[in-house]
Amino acid sequence: MKENILIIGGGAAGMEAATQLHKMGLNPIIVEKSEALGGHIAQWDRLFPAFHPAKDVVEKMLDQVKGIDVRLNTEVVDIHRDNNSFHAILSNNETIDAKAVILATGFDIFKAERKQEYGYGIYNNVMTSVELEKYFRTGKDERINHPKKIGFVHCVGARDVKVCNTYCSKVCCTTALKQACEIKEVFPDAEVYTFYMDLRMFGPGYEDLYLKTQKDFDVKCVRGRVCEVSEDMDGKLVIKAEDTLFGKPLKMTLDLLVLMCSMEKNKSIDAIQQKLGVGNNSDGFMQNKDMYLGMNDTAQDGVFVAGACTAPKSLPDTIGEARSVATQVYNYLKR
Amino acid sequence: MDFGFCLSPSSHVKMDSVDLTTFNRLKETNPDINTCIACGSCTATCTAGHFTEMSFRRILLMLQRGKEDEAKKMIQHCMLCGKCTLVCPRGINIRKILLDITR
Ligand SMILES: Cc1cc2nc3c(=O)[nH]c(=O)nc-3n(C[C@H](O)[C@H](O)[C@H](O)COP(=O)(O)OP(=O)(O)OC[C@H]3O[C@@H](n4cnc5c(N)ncnc54)[C@H](O)[C@@H]3O)c2cc1C
Ligand code: SF4
Ligand code: SF4
Ligand code: SF4
Repeated sequence: MKENILIIGGGAAGMEAATQLHKMGLNPIIVEKSEALGGHIAQWDRLFPAFHPAKDVVEKMLDQVKGIDVRLNTEVVDIHRDNNSFHAILSNNETIDAKAVILATGFDIFKAERKQEYGYGIYNNVMTSVELEKYFRTGKDERINHPKKIGFVHCVGARDVKVCNTYCSKVCCTTALKQACEIKEVFPDAEVYTFYMDLRMFGPGYEDLYLKTQKDFDVKCVRGRVCEVSEDMDGKLVIKAEDTLFGKPLKMTLDLLVLMCSMEKNKSIDAIQQKLGVGNNSDGFMQNKDMYLGMNDTAQDGVFVAGACTAPKSLPDTIGEARSVATQVYNYLKR
Repeated sequence: MDFGFCLSPSSHVKMDSVDLTTFNRLKETNPDINTCIACGSCTATCTAGHFTEMSFRRILLMLQRGKEDEAKKMIQHCMLCGKCTLVCPRGINIRKILLDITR
């Protein structure tokens, strides 16, 4: 009989790990709590750095998992270990015996309301990067009415002790510049500003995207954190920041402000994680065994991790980890 | 009459009222003007900058923050030696832009 591998989470990490394990002749079972596979990338319109439709990637991945056991709208409610096998009870009352478990539950988006000074949920024209992606996908958002001046705020819920997130969320700089170009495509006459502290364009083609943002899209990048947002009598937003390169505070009226919300650990898995004996790191994400050579391993034999559940990651990072976790699981079973 | 106090002007840059005419005119003939990454190489290498406040990086910012007069004053220190152009990692033709600003 083929050995079962329980994969919790059916985002990019879970799907890719399942695909690889299936090819290796094992029997991956994906337990996904939402109604569809795909995770967060299914919510994005186009991907940085090359504006590739996210839908293409999701469709390809869905195609690859055809024939693999998937439980949608399902969660693991209890799990325990018996020597070298795991017994999981699912929310549909099914029980699954598996030889290994992969945690691939990804991330949650930082709740923008927590940075009250940015006025999300208070002022009409403040939105999040996730909502802007949705606008690009659907073309609909009540807040977007031919804005003339648009601002992007970097590091919302990241690099900030005030919200207890001191880490960098990695992908939001690139996402901000990508979205700045995209909104310029929709509204070529708009002035678009991004407010950054450092621009972290870490991957292949990302610096080219930055150059394109400046040269082809005329987006203005201002170094300085927006400290305060208020609303004037016409419902426009007045923001304050220091232009730290110029050394002077500046004030500006905007029609739309987009908050680049950070990635946070998805906490819906905490109870199961605890039962399995997998802790969290100082950033609140899942603790892997070793940053370099044991990124897919945990303190517990037979329990593995992949994707954005251990740290903010891009899609290529996630896919890479999902492939490597499959190898780790295979080697673990063959030992 | 002296009341013993005075009003200081706001030090805020009011972006809503900044006049970008000169910057936008420059941009038409020098599209690379947008691509500065504020690395400061031009300022660090500047022959004039060793003795004056000359900084091309700041000149670009001044033009975008409503300080055109200050920018033009600063340019007077430039000796057009072109060292800045040699070091700019974005390949901005700085010497030409400096000439175009004063034109
Ligand atoms: C605004 C934004 C834009 C981005 N754009 C890009 C981009 O253009 N290019 C790029 O490379 N990267 C981008 N990223 C990063 C990319 O989204 C992530 O790398 C990727 O989604 C990580 O995949 P994952 O499978 O690890 O996690 P997720 O996508 O979060 O998937 C996790 C899955 O697990 C499920 N799950 C969670 N908890 C449970 C549970 N308890 N039980 C069962 N199932 C559960 C979830 O429903 C979800 O389906 C972006 C990120 C953000 C925030
Ligand atoms: S990637 Fe950029 S915007 Fe995101 S937290 Fe890091 S520095 Fe801030
Ligand atoms: S051309 Fe002018 S700005 Fe450039 S290095 Fe020479 S003196 Fe400095
Ligand atoms: S050297 Fe070039 S990129 Fe660096 S600050 Fe000067 S103009 Fe900008």
